[in-house]
Amino acid sequence: MTKTLRYAGLAVSVLALTAMAAGAQEVVDDQLVVNGEIPIVTEAPAPDYASALGTIRSGWTFRSEDTQMMQADDFDNPGMLGVEAARAAFNSEMGTGGESCASCHDDPESLSTVRGTYPKWDEEHGTVQTVEMQVQECQTERMGMEEPYGYNSTDMINMVALLSSVARGTPVNVAIDGPAEATWKQGEEMYYTRYGQLELSCANCHEDNYDNMIRADHLSQGQINAFPAYRLKDAALVSVQNRFRGCIRDTMGETFAVGSPEFVALELYVASRGNGLSVEGPSVRN
Amino acid sequence: MRHSTGLAALAIVFGTTFATATAFAETAPKDVAFDEYGEVAESLTGTAGDPESGAALMDRGKGNCIACHQVSDLSELPFQGDIGPSLDGAAGRWSEAQLRGIVVNAKNTFPDTMMPSFYHTGPYIRPGDGFTGKAPEGELPPILTAQAVEDVVAYLMTLTDEQN
Ligand code: HEC
Ligand code: HEC
Repeated sequence: MTKTLRYAGLAVSVLALTAMAAGAQEVVDDQLVVNGEIPIVTEAPAPDYASALGTIRSGWTFRSEDTQMMQADDFDNPGMLGVEAARAAFNSEMGTGGESCASCHDDPESLSTVRGTYPKWDEEHGTVQTVEMQVQECQTERMGMEEPYGYNSTDMINMVALLSSVARGTPVNVAIDGPAEATWKQGEEMYYTRYGQLELSCANCHEDNYDNMIRADHLSQGQINAFPAYRLKDAALVSVQNRFRGCIRDTMGETFAVGSPEFVALELYVASRGNGLSVEGPSVRN
Repeated sequence: MRHSTGLAALAIVFGTTFATATAFAETAPKDVAFDEYGEVAESLTGTAGDPESGAALMDRGKGNCIACHQVSDLSELPFQGDIGPSLDGAAGRWSEAQLRGIVVNAKNTFPDTMMPSFYHTGPYIRPGDGFTGKAPEGELPPILTAQAVEDVVAYLMTLTDEQN
């Protein structure tokens, strides 16, 4: 089946000509190719420790054709506005030393291997760090910022969207062994814990029932390779851990805080279940 | 309605003492008697369930049964889930006691089932205050009141036809 991108939205835009010139953007055989040039692996064999899934599938494969196509073209992907904002911030001075991210990292593209390998063990701090924690570390320890970006602030979500966008198409490949193993195990245990008054675990919905409908929602495998996700329902980019918070809330449970050690552990574990998929953020979701 | 919901919540806090001290002997969640197959033979309230109220409880914000189950009789409600089996013809497959047992606490009938326990008060792991994501203040009422369970069971008992 060949799905041809519709240009209806773009026809009224000044960008239309550029987009047309960029060539035939197509979603072929349910394959996601961003901007007609970045192939995204949306299905892959499950890693051993997630063998219950058989094949791991990006949340993209569960969405409607319209939503899927919005993500195939940066001009249609509203999440790219956050990426552009972060690109400007990347080059702006922050903190006391007059430095910008670019002072140490040239350009965001030089950080294209970051997103797929985080959360990651940090030797110096003796803990597993998410991308957000790493950004905060740079801001406080290297740039002299007293108030780094809030963990779930718009600035932070945009910055993570930027780091994801430059990593699109690279494999998710987080390490789960060595010093990260204890944290990974903690996350695994959380994944199978039945939280809240409804007593539902992540696995109840995303391992045992993906592809089924829960009321109006087509359940995916709950993969996080595509975060931050632009949620059409919220008209905003949503961070991984904010999504976790929403899912635990829906079990009639008390959530953990965004940025808590528990959610860092869960993020490492859930990320590892997507080892082999491509980094895909910022994605578009309903 | 408001009045009786309040009483039901109190009945949980004070357990049987409160229940026996009042005119209606409502069985508290922790006092429900299951047989070895998970059946609950006795009405929780002694008042016959109302199938019409039961049908309304199948929807969102209440029992939300159709989040997981398809029910042809309720086809006016959009987006019925398919996590559990269709409830069409449930009354032909199960007795009233079995259905009451399933709604009260399905885990006694289907070990480890995903189906939530609707007349149960824990212990839970990180229970929340409804859908706020916050910790509850004080003890949690069961998801459905005793009479609501009876109403849902009465409604399920009307689902005699296998449809498709
Ligand atoms: C009551 C069912 C339910 C439970 C339990 C649940 N989720 Fe979800 N989750 C959903 C629904 C519905 C969606 C939106 C549709 C989808 O992507 O699956 C979703 C979406 C997600 C997404 C977004 C996927 C994407 O590609 O956009 C992630 C990540 C996620 N869940 C992780 C988790 C984790 C981790 C847990 C456990 C802490 C969990 N979920 C528990 C129902 C649930
Ligand atoms: C989160 C999902 C979920 C919700 C919500 C839910 N159920 Fe279920 N239900 C199930 C599953 C799954 C089964 C199958 C039992 C098993 O685990 O093998 C089931 C089984 C049943 C059965 C037996 C069906 C048959 O014919 O075999 C009945 C009756 C039933 N549920 C009624 C209800 C009612 C009434 C409600 C709401 C008050 C409800 N359920 C809410 C998931 C759910």
